[in-house]
Amino acid sequence: MRLVNIRPGRATSLVLGILPVAALVFVYVLASASRHAINPGDRILPTPAAMVSAMHTLMFVPDPMTGRLTLWADTLASLQRLCLGLAISTLSALIVGLALGLVPLVRALFGPLVTIIALIPPIALLPILFIMFGLGETAKVMLIIIGILPVMIRDVAAHVETLPTEQMLKAQTLGASSWQLAIRVALPQMMPRLIHALRLALGPAWVFLISAEAIAADIGLGYRIFLVRRYLAMDIILPYVAWIALLAIALDWLLRLANRRLFPWAGSS
Amino acid sequence: MTALLSFRNVWVEYGDKIVLERVGLDIDAGSFVSIVGPSGAGKSSFLRLVLGQEAPSRGEVLLDGQPMRAECGPDRGIVFQRYSVLPHLDARRNVLFGLECAGARVTGRLFGAARRRALEEVDAMLDAVGLLSAGGTYPAQMSGGMQQRLAIAQALITRPRILLLDEPFGALDPGIRKDMHALITRLWREYSLTVIMVTHDIGEAFALGTRVLTFDKRRHDPHAPHRYGATATYDIALERKTEVQGSDAE
Ligand SMILES: Nc1ncnc2c1ncn2[C@@H]1O[C@H](COP(=O)(O)OP(=O)(O)OP(=O)(O)O)[C@@H](O)[C@H]1O
Ligand SMILES: [Mg+2]
Repeated sequence: MRLVNIRPGRATSLVLGILPVAALVFVYVLASASRHAINPGDRILPTPAAMVSAMHTLMFVPDPMTGRLTLWADTLASLQRLCLGLAISTLSALIVGLALGLVPLVRALFGPLVTIIALIPPIALLPILFIMFGLGETAKVMLIIIGILPVMIRDVAAHVETLPTEQMLKAQTLGASSWQLAIRVALPQMMPRLIHALRLALGPAWVFLISAEAIAADIGLGYRIFLVRRYLAMDIILPYVAWIALLAIALDWLLRLANRRLFPWAGSS
Repeated sequence: MTALLSFRNVWVEYGDKIVLERVGLDIDAGSFVSIVGPSGAGKSSFLRLVLGQEAPSRGEVLLDGQPMRAECGPDRGIVFQRYSVLPHLDARRNVLFGLECAGARVTGRLFGAARRRALEEVDAMLDAVGLLSAGGTYPAQMSGGMQQRLAIAQALITRPRILLLDEPFGALDPGIRKDMHALITRLWREYSLTVIMVTHDIGEAFALGTRVLTFDKRRHDPHAPHRYGATATYDIALERKTEVQGSDAE
């Protein structure tokens, strides 16, 4: 049998998927143990026990300075910024993408502008954002929006443009006005793509969030890992990175679930 | 009596490419016009004119003796070979769509009693094309024949006077095609439609039409093939006596 035709079953897939992760963890534990055998004070590859105890403190012991439970406060602050940025971007992409994709006049007017903005590296705009909006929450949320919105708009608008002409004509022969075409034909077919674009934007959104937090913040996941970097506190950084990854996976999974539940017709076509 | 549709010296040109030239035709109400011709002869372009999707570059198209507005409207329905139904709506909602466009300008949706009344009409239409039991099915789950039935039901719900068909059965297998022939013949009679159908199947053209038009180039310049357009080269009136047979003919 050819290699390309061997399809693993559910259980096999699960085991195969876990295998590399388990191997990675195993290699880490070995490497960490061997470094600690030579130098018990090693900070670069902390033992799992050291990470657990560091995290225990951050999770359950209030910070003496602020009185907050550090991990939860960081998570809440970061998720707030992230979700606000994502929500505003999604809503804007919906409206602008729909108009851009459906109305040639709007496309002619704003298409080039969106393309130009999409080509500017968002991080280069960060100083401008800090100057304009100060060092507070607004600048961080704005960075996320500027970072992901143009790409989302372009993706969604391109999708609306590729809706078959036949469909648009048919709807018009059924009496649909421009408005009805937008809300009854284009919008519903755009929604799965919008959620998909949002899923793809999650990665960049985290990058921009953590960059903004690293540069100017006093709370947040990104702020924390850049803060403790000064003390080489890998026992905090590694679990934090794992936690961020876990949050990202959870968000992605939620969106995928939403897409399947809300738009069952989209999967099979 | 004036013809339903009149073409007066109509030309269709894209840049310096002439697709149709000097088309002069009258189409009577209630006729079933089949159009055949080689690929690229401008058959779809001709339908686009009738649909109002495009305006002729020269000449004029008259509907009821009045110059036609170059925009689609609910008096002319169309069924394409593909993509004629809305993939995100099930069969009932696809047919309901036309009624909702007319009945709810702002929300695009009907509610309550108005919706119930409209759905009764929808179910009658689905019944007429044999899809009543498939009301909750999405297009992606339907066979090609079912999708075309749905596209026809959807087009007819707004009671168009003219139904345009662009190779509507081109992607169907011969057995299903027979059924569809019977269906379209029945609907053409019941709804007093004027049908203009483009097809690549000469047999189909003669079996269904009361009139067969062939589109082709009269003149040909081998060095500049785009300089001459096609026109209706043959115009054959048929006496339709024989019924088309098919499993759902009543
Ligand atoms: N928007 C356009 N711009 C330029 N040329 C076009 C355009 N639309 C159609 N044409 C040209 O017009 C000619 C006729 O096209 P049309 O689609 O009407 O042919 P057809 O008879 O329907 O062919 P087929 O049987 O393959 O469907 C083709 O040569 C095509 O390239
Ligand atoms: Mg064609």
